[in-house]
Amino acid sequence: MPDTVKFELVSPERLLFSADVESVVVPGTEGDFGVLPGHARLISTVRPGVISVFQGGKVTDRIFVEGGFAEVTGAGCTVLAEHALPVAEIQRDQALQAIQDAREDVEDAKDDETRKEAMKTLEVAEARLQAVDVVVY
Amino acid sequence: MPSLKDLKVRINSVKNTQKITSAMKMVSAAKLRRAQGQAEAARPYAERMERVLASVASTVQRRESAPALLAGTGKDQVHLIVVMTSDRGLCGAFNSSIVRQARRLARELRRDGKTLKILCVGRKGRDQLRREFANEIIGTIEGVGKPRLNYDEADKIAQRIRHMFDRGEFDICTIIYNKFKSAITQIVTTQQLIPFAPAGAANEDADPELASYEYEPEEDAILADLLPRNIGMQIYRALLENAASEQGARMSAMDSATRNAGEMINRMSITYNRTRQAYITKELIEIISGAEAL
Repeated sequence: MPDTVKFELVSPERLLFSADVESVVVPGTEGDFGVLPGHARLISTVRPGVISVFQGGKVTDRIFVEGGFAEVTGAGCTVLAEHALPVAEIQRDQALQAIQDAREDVEDAKDDETRKEAMKTLEVAEARLQAVDVVVY
Repeated sequence: MPSLKDLKVRINSVKNTQKITSAMKMVSAAKLRRAQGQAEAARPYAERMERVLASVASTVQRRESAPALLAGTGKDQVHLIVVMTSDRGLCGAFNSSIVRQARRLARELRRDGKTLKILCVGRKGRDQLRREFANEIIGTIEGVGKPRLNYDEADKIAQRIRHMFDRGEFDICTIIYNKFKSAITQIVTTQQLIPFAPAGAANEDADPELASYEYEPEEDAILADLLPRNIGMQIYRALLENAASEQGARMSAMDSATRNAGEMINRMSITYNRTRQAYITKELIEIISGAEAL
């Protein structure tokens, strides 16, 4: 059994990240899950959150995704996400502003449909702020 | 017989046109390369999406509780046709071939007594369809892919379609676009978007690997998340194909326009030279006969 997993992060526009890594932690809808070599075949949806890539026992890359889904096979893990951004590139004040905007949108929403949309945006915005604020160990 | 000056003016104007067409050809060659690159970059996502979708869909279809985006509404009364064309002309038969296909499909549906709705992406398609289907066109989306086509634009169109479907405004959605084969060949493609037919659905039973996944959350929830995303992806892909096709069509149209202009210039230069010689000969004869008369 190989001792690395092939991790790929794909957006519709291009292949964002592709490398053989030690392990990777993906924020699944029903909880985070770590992928090590030989993981069972799994398809899961992904909630807005941070994907952590582990190399040599340390987190080497932290990438924020706005949701999507993940496919895990014995050989690797592929995450398909429409929008992804390295955590280091998130601007804290911009994230705060986005939350405020989203909150206002939720309040201003006139019907259920737009409110649901706005709630989703708010959720993403809050997850983005959390991604910046969480301490990495 | 046109005067020498007239001929000169015409030659110059054709020369100017030729300069424009050859410049346009080079511009679209560069844009084509970029569009092809983008289409190439979108492939990994599309492939994986397709594979996952095929495997999830195969398990759900067996249980016959498939969501409406996959199974349809059970009716086929109201049809939505999304016609994808370009905003600009001068690209050969690119737009008219799409419109021709759209018109044929629309007439067929109309004859069968179905209700028809048309959503135009791109100005050229609307302009050409407006005459016959003015009441059926429910909207036009313009300026797609400027300056650069990105996924958000495609998703916005997809969102609009999804909202309409959620409100029960149509039963079946079809998109018409040009599939890029080469710079000279584009294939008009009609693809059914809703209900969606996974590409690998026919032979999934032959592939036992597909069904061996664990799902988290269960299949239905994943599918409910996946299908809307897939619509966005399908539209993005169609737009990419269309963008590449448009540039390809424009390139070959401008290539032949440049060639035609060159031929025209040659022909007119010959006429110009002949006329000039005729004038000289005429003047010589006049001088000689004048001298002889003395």
